[in-house]
Amino acid sequence: MREPFIRTVKRAELSPKQTAALRLAALLLALTAGGIFILCLGYNPFAIYGTILSGSFRSGLAIQAVVKIMISLLIASLAVTLAFKMQFWNIGAEGQIIMGAIFSSFFALFCANWPRVVLIPVMVVAGVVGGGLWGLIPAFFKCRYGTNETLFTLMLNYIALYLIAFLRDGPWRDPANPGFAKIATFEKNAQLPKVFGVHIGWIFALVLLAFVWVYLKYTKQGYEISVVGESQATARYSGMNVKKIILRTMFMSGAIAGIAGMAQAAGSDATLASGVAGGVGFTAIIVAWLGNLNPGSIFIISALFSILEKGSSVVQSNFGLSTDCADVLQGIILFFILGCEFFIRYKFVIRGKDGAGA
Amino acid sequence: MSEERYAIECKGITKSFGSVVANDHVDLKVKRGEILALLGENGSGKTTLMNMLSGIYHPDEGTIFINGKETVINSPTDADALGIGMIHQHFKLVEVHNAMDNIILGGKEKYFNRKELRNKILSISEKFGLEVEPEKKVYDMSVSEKQTLEIMKVLYRGADILILDEPTAVLTPQETQRLFAILRKMRAEGSAIIIITHKLNEVMEISDRVTILRKGKSVNTVVTRESTESRLTELMVGRPVSLSIERAVVKEKKKLLEVYHLSVKRQDGSIALNDVSFDICSGEILGIAGVAGSGQKELCEVLAGLQPVEKGAVLYDKENIIGKTPAEIISLGISMSFVPEDRLGMGLVASMGMTDNMLLKCYRDSKGPFIDRKPAKKLAEELIKKLDIQTPGTETPVRLLSGGNVQKVLLGREIQSVPNVLITAYPVRGLDIHSSYTIYDLLNEQKKKNTAVIFIGEDLDVLLQLADRIMVLCHGEVTGIVNAESTSKETIGWMMSGKKEVESVAGTIH
Amino acid sequence: MIVKFLVAAVLAGTPLLFGTLGEILNERAGHLNLGVEGMMSLGATAGFIVGYKTDNFVLALLAAFAAGAFGALIYAVLTVMLMANQNVSGLTLTIFGIGLSNFIGFYYVGKSAEGTLKLPERITAQMRSVHIPVLSDLPVAGELFFSYNPFVYLGIITAVVLGFYLFRTNAGLNIRAVGENPAAADAAGIHVTKLKYLNIMAGGGICGIGGAYTGMITNGGVWISDCVGGLGWIAVALVIFASWKPVKAVFGSLVFGAFRILKYYVVKDIIPIPDAFFDMLPFLVTALVLVATSMRQSRENNQPAGCGINYFREER
Repeated sequence: MREPFIRTVKRAELSPKQTAALRLAALLLALTAGGIFILCLGYNPFAIYGTILSGSFRSGLAIQAVVKIMISLLIASLAVTLAFKMQFWNIGAEGQIIMGAIFSSFFALFCANWPRVVLIPVMVVAGVVGGGLWGLIPAFFKCRYGTNETLFTLMLNYIALYLIAFLRDGPWRDPANPGFAKIATFEKNAQLPKVFGVHIGWIFALVLLAFVWVYLKYTKQGYEISVVGESQATARYSGMNVKKIILRTMFMSGAIAGIAGMAQAAGSDATLASGVAGGVGFTAIIVAWLGNLNPGSIFIISALFSILEKGSSVVQSNFGLSTDCADVLQGIILFFILGCEFFIRYKFVIRGKDGAGA
Repeated sequence: MSEERYAIECKGITKSFGSVVANDHVDLKVKRGEILALLGENGSGKTTLMNMLSGIYHPDEGTIFINGKETVINSPTDADALGIGMIHQHFKLVEVHNAMDNIILGGKEKYFNRKELRNKILSISEKFGLEVEPEKKVYDMSVSEKQTLEIMKVLYRGADILILDEPTAVLTPQETQRLFAILRKMRAEGSAIIIITHKLNEVMEISDRVTILRKGKSVNTVVTRESTESRLTELMVGRPVSLSIERAVVKEKKKLLEVYHLSVKRQDGSIALNDVSFDICSGEILGIAGVAGSGQKELCEVLAGLQPVEKGAVLYDKENIIGKTPAEIISLGISMSFVPEDRLGMGLVASMGMTDNMLLKCYRDSKGPFIDRKPAKKLAEELIKKLDIQTPGTETPVRLLSGGNVQKVLLGREIQSVPNVLITAYPVRGLDIHSSYTIYDLLNEQKKKNTAVIFIGEDLDVLLQLADRIMVLCHGEVTGIVNAESTSKETIGWMMSGKKEVESVAGTIH
Repeated sequence: MIVKFLVAAVLAGTPLLFGTLGEILNERAGHLNLGVEGMMSLGATAGFIVGYKTDNFVLALLAAFAAGAFGALIYAVLTVMLMANQNVSGLTLTIFGIGLSNFIGFYYVGKSAEGTLKLPERITAQMRSVHIPVLSDLPVAGELFFSYNPFVYLGIITAVVLGFYLFRTNAGLNIRAVGENPAAADAAGIHVTKLKYLNIMAGGGICGIGGAYTGMITNGGVWISDCVGGLGWIAVALVIFASWKPVKAVFGSLVFGAFRILKYYVVKDIIPIPDAFFDMLPFLVTALVLVATSMRQSRENNQPAGCGINYFREER
């Protein structure tokens, strides 16, 4: 009998600097792995990566497109960050985005004659309420019966998705388009105004970025979220009303996602399309996790992902490769980063090499 | 004697976790037909050493001989093949499976003949006097039934080297006697037994020899008959210690907290507390004794406002606090500080530094939506100085601190709020003797400041010395409230197993 | 009419059955794998492309199994060896799997002359209903029980075999113990890591076969992007509905299959219910089942206790 070839042991935790270096190394490795994948398909990885970058920055229009992609991704990532900080597995940003979009679209469609200074804020509030309520439902059942929120929020995504289909095919169907079921384009009055060529959703995003950062770091409620996330028993013990905190935080998480939906519908799409969320809610989870639930890092990562997204559409037109390669690359990057987290706390010891010390 | 073959012989075993050295060149030997006690304070590396014998951990250095042959134990399977069976302090049982499924778990056979299996279990039961119901689900079992099942698991596999990690911690004195009877039978059958414990009286009673660990090193091995409790303590702590706690005297007392007919159900519907009534005065330490799980946890949580109540009242200064939230209880000016038994799971936030942990109970005090960390930081720095807390800084996550220091952080914070009632559950669990005595001193100090202290403990000797009165719980019922100065350990032991005060004093046993 | 409906429900439920069985194996090993959709997508592409290239049904099945198992292997390396968060790892696997599946499909579509991919004749014939002499010709019963393509029978056999494995063999007992309490299993001498890898990968492979069904059968042998279309998520939900029991999963996937096709059988003039509602139904029912199970709080029919928590032997 011999010692196993490889075994896992705990090590003294890495310093923040070492951790950052480790993540960077993981990112480089991921890009290398992605490169090998591209190489296997018979393309030059440098050319593809180069196209992704240059495609995103080749013109003012391209940059605007990147920003547009980034708006809803960043906002949604901030939304799930609040829930994740509380260790509440809100996989339902997708549905909350949709509900925010549905609620605000109601006013865009049926109150389009209101003055714009009233209509736009009302639509924002509607988005907040719609997303917030959709976030509140799983929180309520979690608090009341301990219902598994991961699976429950997941189901709510699809329920919301088919709600749009229902509205599109029935009550909200555009009568001007008898052959093809769609919801009417919003009137100019109900579309978000543009600043620097992009709808003002980007201002929302930046304001929310600052808000979430301050909220988590410097407010009592932010402190409560961290305590509840770490240990509900401790939170109760210190006199916190855990249920109230969960409900409140999930409302906010959903509400912020709702703003993303509102911005997407009233800003980018100018209508309520069934692809209004289009997987952003899922990507947001990955962005939030990669950013370690830190708003600053989340900003950078959502920018990177948006560049990847925009760039891969250029790759499609230039090389005939599907835009899905953005998803593949995102997946590979996250695989590596997820894997590397391990080495912050643990290490492998190979047989024969002495494991003492650390 | 050097020719004698040992069942187990460890030489120079070293094991470290991160930067912590848990075992430092430890030596240990056990013969067949012998019970060896492994004695040491908490954190001295007993469990780590035994986990290496059972294949859970791998030593960084050193060699292990089993039956005289050098061996590497890679996994529990290897340990099993060598006839080593370990009974862990935290039971390794699958809760939703029944006894039989737990016994055969991990076996080599592909299918089982249930009838044969049952017969084998019953024959082992008879031979050693174990009682196991093969079809009973583990979640329906009492603690002592679970332990019996653990022993059965090991015997079923034919182990003849047994390791028991703190087996008596969860047992009443009477259940302990039954366990010891089983162990003696096994010794007579030629098994080698290692029993880990820090209870000296048990060491003296059951073991043939004692190996003492201190701070990860094996300091000595002595023959039990030739030693005494105080000698063993000295070896364990490394210097002579006086094992007495001074009972502080407080003259003026007034009733502070009265509990009437308190009944509490657990979430699964079982009864946690049944018609419990008692009171406590200022300047008094009320000890609470009982086997683990007798309702102590629920009692604490009721007083802290964390646990809903079926019926009953808790009067604090004539005001009923039942139905109030913890925050309301705090804001009423009732300052009850609760030091929960699960320090890192309940009292402190493990990944936060001392500053943020100081904030836990007082972050609401400042006005406005923002949090003010300055006073908390100051408080943390004060505590570090006052209680001599060993930490790299106020922002170091508390999970990186040692057990004693974590306890000081928690208790320090609670005491800092100048409580009228201080509730502590197992405050010295996991601490070495020196730290334990620091904690006792802190509690006595509080008593002198006219705080009412509720002390839930497991070591009866400590309870008898520290507390003024002792309340004994059994299955959620009060079996007696006695004066600590005029009570013996045996009486409390009887009450812990459910005999009412009067009966046990009268000596009638049903 | 009713027979036709039931037959259609069985067919609609078959890919769900595979996904559910695969996920049951994962969760029984203590791993909540949210990558079912991704593993099914990988299986769909692999099955389709191999079927397209080789015109061999068995090879296509094997490829689908291997692709699903490959996805599961990535997940297992991350969560078992590197102890990464199970939720995020599973989601990533889903995004990666769908992306890679569509990407490869697109790549082959681009290379084909017609601009579409259609499976060749021979393999299509192999996947048609299996005609069993006498039995298939029985009136009603013949159509109801013996008129299916090979996937259906394979699915039911898999469910029965898995049920036997989990609840009647010692190996099954071991894996259930691993999912409930890995520390207890470890102490009993079970190779926890090995069993986790094996079961997660086998589960992924089974999901892959379910994916192949959606790729090769659902759309009549023509490749369509996103062919799994959310079935993986329904499968995750079905695991709860089936209370982690393979044989119950057969019943569950029949019910959910019926939900999927209900809209084609309800006469709209009599009952004016919009299509979207029927599409929503499986998810709505699962949400309700989730709430109902959490209200009941039974100890037996519950998620394995170790689910979602990664195991590290030396954790102190």
